[in-house]
Amino acid sequence: MFRYLIRRLLAAAVILVVISMVTFFIFFALPNDPALLACGKTCSPNRLLEIRHSLGLDKSLAMQYWEFFKGLFIGRNYGDQSVSIHCSAPCLGMSFQTDTPVMTTLLGAFPADLSLALGSAVIFLILGVGLGVIAAIRKGRFADKFAVGAALFGVSLQSYFVGLILMWALVDKWNLLPSPNYTSLTDDPGQWFTGLILPWVTLVVLYLALYTRLTRSSMLEVMGEDYIRTARAKGLSSRTVIFKHGLRAAITPIVTIFGMDFGALIGGSAVITESVFGINGIGKLAVDSVTNSDEPVILGTTLFAAAFIVLANVVVDLVYGLIDPRVRLS
Amino acid sequence: MALEISPQSADGSTPSSFLDVRDLRVHFPTEDGLVKSVDGVSFTLEKGKTLGIVGESGSGKSVTSLALLGLHKNSRARVSGEVWLDGQELVNLSEGEMRSLRGSKVSMIFQDPLSALHPFYSVGSQIAEAYLVHHKVSKKEARERSVEMLKRVGIPQPERRYRDYPHQFSGGMRQRAMIAMSLVCDPELLIADEPTTALDVTVQAQILDLIRDLQEEFGSAVIIITHDLGVVAEISDDILVMYGGRRVEYGTVQDVLEHQEHPYTWGLMQSMPHLSGDVTQRLNPIKGSPPSLINLPGGCAFNPRCEFRDRVPGDRCLTERPELLPVLGSDKHIAACHLDADGKAEIRGTADKAVK
Repeated sequence: MFRYLIRRLLAAAVILVVISMVTFFIFFALPNDPALLACGKTCSPNRLLEIRHSLGLDKSLAMQYWEFFKGLFIGRNYGDQSVSIHCSAPCLGMSFQTDTPVMTTLLGAFPADLSLALGSAVIFLILGVGLGVIAAIRKGRFADKFAVGAALFGVSLQSYFVGLILMWALVDKWNLLPSPNYTSLTDDPGQWFTGLILPWVTLVVLYLALYTRLTRSSMLEVMGEDYIRTARAKGLSSRTVIFKHGLRAAITPIVTIFGMDFGALIGGSAVITESVFGINGIGKLAVDSVTNSDEPVILGTTLFAAAFIVLANVVVDLVYGLIDPRVRLS
Repeated sequence: MALEISPQSADGSTPSSFLDVRDLRVHFPTEDGLVKSVDGVSFTLEKGKTLGIVGESGSGKSVTSLALLGLHKNSRARVSGEVWLDGQELVNLSEGEMRSLRGSKVSMIFQDPLSALHPFYSVGSQIAEAYLVHHKVSKKEARERSVEMLKRVGIPQPERRYRDYPHQFSGGMRQRAMIAMSLVCDPELLIADEPTTALDVTVQAQILDLIRDLQEEFGSAVIIITHDLGVVAEISDDILVMYGGRRVEYGTVQDVLEHQEHPYTWGLMQSMPHLSGDVTQRLNPIKGSPPSLINLPGGCAFNPRCEFRDRVPGDRCLTERPELLPVLGSDKHIAACHLDADGKAEIRGTADKAVK
């Protein structure tokens, strides 16, 4: 088990290095010149060269990547000996726009995404799996059609639409909730919670259909297995048969998809929801950095998101081992 | 319970047999039509005795056995007829009442134990679970009982094997574990659905011996479902031959195997290799395939595959469904075939010659 974990983590590291290379070469090979942007309107050729040099853009692409890669582990210094800014490890580079380390910006935006992802994931996982199980055991009947229909209706609505409708109804019209925004959990837990209710609900509406349908189809398949018939033949109650024998076996594909969704959510994939509710998360950061051609931030957000997705997959594989003893032992 | 009026069956008689199945029908409505998987099957079985139900795939053997466990309840299947077990009628029992009998009074050994055991739970815990659901005991006691059962069915190092998962067992060991599970509550009726099909021949014999030994020990009634007449001959007291969801021949092992009355039974006999037989002699399998259970052939359901239908005058095999009639000179033996006694004797003679 331990060796398996080490192997998986090494593989994950290799994947991340490859992703960082690909992203690096795509963005730094772009025809636009960051130095030109940084230089501003009153730019002299000499000044431009200086800036290129201080940003390290006068070196070869491979050399630039090596500097970047080294920075991840030992940090790096920008500028000349006279005016140098230190970016401590793990350094993802400096923003061209704000001259702050990308890592600092990312860590500032991260708690918002973590809160958004955790809260919504707990709700859509429980609701989605619950509805899916009900739909599967009531296949073809009203409960099934209602669960699948309601979930499908939810996913058909775009998050900006859901978000805005919710906001209009619950905040503006009936004053049930305060205007949604992100407050740090450590600052004020109550405000953290009420401010995030609407974003959570919006994300739940989006993800619920997928989990309902996934659980439904997986459960339907499992409930037709021989071992379910054996469980019933033993005289077990239908609750035990459905949850202990059925859901336990049906949960594997759900865990797989959930791992990826959760990783992506933490990494800022809920960008529309973030914008609708004015939450400054990683998704918004990524969009802004693309708009501003702020390559180090683009690279940083991409890598950050990729790291979470890869990590989530390692966790998923470990969870497989907990669920399925055949995975554990082989 | 004492105030309850003792249940009476449709024809007014209270069954005297331990298990009395009367005119059992299991029909499944589908988009293509009504699938009559079991269509009017009756048999009786006493404690300590074994009944072999024989037939091809799709003849209704397994569906019959699932009906005895009440596993068609809450499904789309329409079950009618009567199943009397120890004086209690099961077809009209509620799911809750049936559930308390499942696994305790009636239990089942399934074909292919690899798929019939849950892959995510240890073998021992699955056996203990079957015991716990019917007994108010601690987990420790259930565990001890399960280890004892594993030992009883001949699994070495049962304490250690208790924790192993089904995929860590060999095929024969898995089937032994399956048997341990079905016997853990001392069932009075044990149904074994093709218990040896997935196993190699040496293990087959061991498993049959095991079932027989345990039957003697527990005094259970056993129904063994198989397409293998060899298994039936070895273990059964009675044989029920099914074709297209109906009975075609029923009687004691001696009656049916020595005096087959139905061409389908002859066919099953002849499609089986004999150790003492001539190796150059080709087997003579039944031609064609089992009939559609939605539209059974008219008359005798077996007629399209029957070699002897021309011997019956007036196309009766195609137009008139043969009744199950008692065979002369036997108490229990019945068969549904239009052939007359002379015709049958003659064919049986040639068939025996072919076998010997």
